[in-house]
Amino acid sequence: MSADQTSAACRIGVITFPGTLDDVDAARAVRHAGAQPVSLWHADDDLHGVDAVVVPGGFSYGDYLRAGAIAARQPVLRAVVDAARRGTPVLGICNGFQILCEAGLLPGALVRNAGLHFVCRDQRLRVETNATAWTGRYAAGAEIVVPLKSIEGRYVADSSTLAALEGQGRVVLRYLGTSPNGAVRDISGIASADGRVVGLMPHPEHAIDSLTGPSTDGLDFFRSVIDAVLGSVPV
Amino acid sequence: MAAGDLTGKRATKRENTGSLGTVPRVVVDVVPKPEILDPQGQAIVRALPRMGLRGVRDVRQGKHFELDVDDDVDAETLHRIAGELLANPVIENWTVRRL
Repeated sequence: MSADQTSAACRIGVITFPGTLDDVDAARAVRHAGAQPVSLWHADDDLHGVDAVVVPGGFSYGDYLRAGAIAARQPVLRAVVDAARRGTPVLGICNGFQILCEAGLLPGALVRNAGLHFVCRDQRLRVETNATAWTGRYAAGAEIVVPLKSIEGRYVADSSTLAALEGQGRVVLRYLGTSPNGAVRDISGIASADGRVVGLMPHPEHAIDSLTGPSTDGLDFFRSVIDAVLGSVPV
Repeated sequence: MAAGDLTGKRATKRENTGSLGTVPRVVVDVVPKPEILDPQGQAIVRALPRMGLRGVRDVRQGKHFELDVDDDVDAETLHRIAGELLANPVIENWTVRRL
């Protein structure tokens, strides 16, 4: 590893499974935000000392069995679960969100869109809370536009789980406008009880510069976690 | 039948049908819980009248697994196979049957 690669004070792991698509964009977003991306492989049984982890989107293992089901049972995910229990920030995007739910790091599940269609569009969202490791830079209530591209994007959970999520301020993002997928209470992102693990269906890594995305609204997810890691924001 | 119930607990051996010899076969069926909207099942319901096939009020689409297992795989292990991998208990019910 070269000297300039190790100069970043914050190292963020980006996991690649067979079938992952968005690891390159996620690593680019990490770099854009000022941290050092570290590639992690599905067969890794440790996280190479990273400060935070992104589980990116795609179709890991071809969505076989259920979206995220096989990835959630791979060695690197056991390491992610252990790290998350020690407070390491983890972000699951799209298939990554499905994986974190399958792994039990986040409650509920993502199921087939109510309308049966694969939805691909620039999605308006409301950031409901900035009290997480990944949203500290946003104003609570901020409206953002980030691409959404999924067919297994409908969040579901039982009523007691929903009550806990709402009561504890753990609904991180909600869809605005017409629901893209029928998600319960328009939920598009949630957090763990300690606010360190966040999962969301939309893709903030695709909205970090105006050349390649519809906005730059997604970049602050990655800046926020750098703040959280470096301790400048108490989360 | 309740989620995860084991039925047909007495294992029976299939007759020798090939090089594998006699192998107990286990079937796990997984279906979405009643409260989970099943848009795939609904699409099937809507397609049937277009084929002239009437009288089907509801369809729930699930998954059917056939497992060839060793003789010493017990009910507890089958329960874990079904509940920890084949089904997601958050959204699905399942049954395990030995044939």
